[in-house]
Amino acid sequence: MNVLNFINSFFSDNAHWQGYDGIPTRVGEHIQYTLMALGIAAAVGLPVGLLTGHTGRGGNTLALIATSARALPSFGLMVLMFILLGLGMAPVMIPLVVLAIPPILVTTYEAMRSVDPAPVDAARGMGMAETAVLFRVELPVALPLILSGLRSAAIQIVSTATIAAYVSFGGLGRYIIDGLYQRNYEKVVGGATLVAAMALTTLGLFWAVGRLAVSPGVRRRSAGGAAG
Amino acid sequence: MIRIDSVTKRYPDGTVAVDRLSLEIPDRSITVLVGPSGCGKTTTLRMINRMVEPSEGTILIDGVDSRQQPVNTLRRSMGYVIQNAGLFQHRTILDNIATVPRMLGWGKEKSRSRARELMERVGLDATLAKRYPYQLSGGQQQRVGVARALAADPPVLLMDEPFSAVDPVVRKGLQDELLRIQEELGKTIVFVTHDIDEAVKLGTMVAVMRTGGKLAQFAPPAELLSRPADAFVEDFLGADRGIRRLSFFPSAGLDLLTAPIVAVDATAEQITAAGAADTPYLLVTDADGRPLGWSEPRDLTAGEITADRLLPYGRPFVAVTDSLRAALDCAVLSPTGWAVAVDTSGRATGVVPQQAIGEAIRGAHAQTAADEARDAEPDEDGKAQKVAP
Ligand SMILES: Nc1ncnc2c1ncn2[C@@H]1O[C@H](COP(=O)(O)OP(=O)(O)O)[C@@H](O)[C@H]1O
Ligand SMILES: [Mg+2]
Repeated sequence: MNVLNFINSFFSDNAHWQGYDGIPTRVGEHIQYTLMALGIAAAVGLPVGLLTGHTGRGGNTLALIATSARALPSFGLMVLMFILLGLGMAPVMIPLVVLAIPPILVTTYEAMRSVDPAPVDAARGMGMAETAVLFRVELPVALPLILSGLRSAAIQIVSTATIAAYVSFGGLGRYIIDGLYQRNYEKVVGGATLVAAMALTTLGLFWAVGRLAVSPGVRRRSAGGAAG
Repeated sequence: MIRIDSVTKRYPDGTVAVDRLSLEIPDRSITVLVGPSGCGKTTTLRMINRMVEPSEGTILIDGVDSRQQPVNTLRRSMGYVIQNAGLFQHRTILDNIATVPRMLGWGKEKSRSRARELMERVGLDATLAKRYPYQLSGGQQQRVGVARALAADPPVLLMDEPFSAVDPVVRKGLQDELLRIQEELGKTIVFVTHDIDEAVKLGTMVAVMRTGGKLAQFAPPAELLSRPADAFVEDFLGADRGIRRLSFFPSAGLDLLTAPIVAVDATAEQITAAGAADTPYLLVTDADGRPLGWSEPRDLTAGEITADRLLPYGRPFVAVTDSLRAALDCAVLSPTGWAVAVDTSGRATGVVPQQAIGEAIRGAHAQTAADEARDAEPDEDGKAQKVAP
């Protein structure tokens, strides 16, 4: 049997489409973990990144924190949190958030720093308030890069959220872990396929958000180089 | 009026960018700050709208210390134009221009119709309204920058090397446009440039600054060219100061000869009559009176004159409104040494030889010397009438 057969039989089995271990439930749980972790990471990373990027201060500290956070293995961190905090959502969320903050923080900072200083100078010179400079002049131009930071954070969360299953939570990791344990490779491959599909969906979603939220004036510039 | 009163700027690293500078910037005219790179022009300009705070001294706007009002209120009363326009790339041209009106709380429609009005004023085609900055040329972007600065009709316009990044042809267009706008709107403009030609062309008053942020001379351009304050200013004005000064002498006094002009379809009698003027060359025009070229009288035969056998006439100057510089340039360019004067529609109104232009220049110099001797006290209104170069 090859992988395609595994996939085929996994998805054509009616039993996999219902109940607490059904695909809709597991996908729903996985989405829930992902949104939660991404939400928390963005709530921390975006404001800090926007502010440090806007003022240009604290860039080195940021880089240091981000590098340290990246060095932490998610799985090890989860086990540690599980031992320290016991069973609960926190041991799952903490490693996911720690994983997602560096790309959001660093890219947001970089995005703000890379905004052309001339329009910012012009905006200040015409008497625009500092918050307006940040949100109406810098942010719209930095948006494509910021979104790309959020996107890579989201993709990493989607694939890493499978670890939740190790501490008896749900999500798509259930199929993989249970499948491995039961030597049910159909289930393992099915779970992995779903994770990959979710990652692709995430990519698609971010593309759509980019189309809607990024001004054509900026999109063209970042896509095809500047015109004089 | 903007008065810069003994202002010094010392940056945190100890650089003294501006050193006890005092300047009175007259209302409703263009004051140019010019000088070599790093002499403190930008710093001076940015102290006026408090993008840079002076370390010492005060800046008075209509007699009131500029620190009396909130900084953003001050800035909104002054248009600000920078070198690369600094347009907001995520906004359309129309919305870029409407920025300050929107900030001041005007409605969306009112702001946009005002923006449309300004596009026309600065010579931008209405079809560009919905475009984004990356779709415009450098010169067009700079026009948008000027329109954006003018949108809320501020009495003051601060411009920092606004035309330095565009090519010479476009730059000339933008300069002419600025002079026209200034004439129409009567703004108080402070204009920074490192280009002395631009300064002389645009400035009602020109402040020449030297490295270290010191004022070297503050004078109308004609006076700058005729009486540079010291060796630095003289050096900065460049080698052809004498020629450039001619821009300030009108060509109105030139004696234009009309006799040595014949039409391409002239009769034998007309050619003989023109030859009687006893000039070495005759100017041949087309049937409409537009110059075609020069010829020696004996080479012209009625009915057989063809344009391709004529000597080129170079570039004509516009009689009366162009300066002696343009007339001289025209004579120098012409292989015959004679300049062709035309009216605004391009018809030849007369011809004049180099020697006559030389005499006119000597006459003009004598006249200015006499004028200067008369009012030895230079007064602000006594500035030379500037004519097109
Ligand atoms: N923010 C700053 N910090 C320190 N030195 C500065 C700063 N801005 C300008 N300078 C220095 O001040 C001097 C004048 O600069 P500037 O006003 O920009 O000159 P210009 O516009 O005439 O070229 C230069 O020596 C420049 O290096
Ligand atoms: Mg400068």
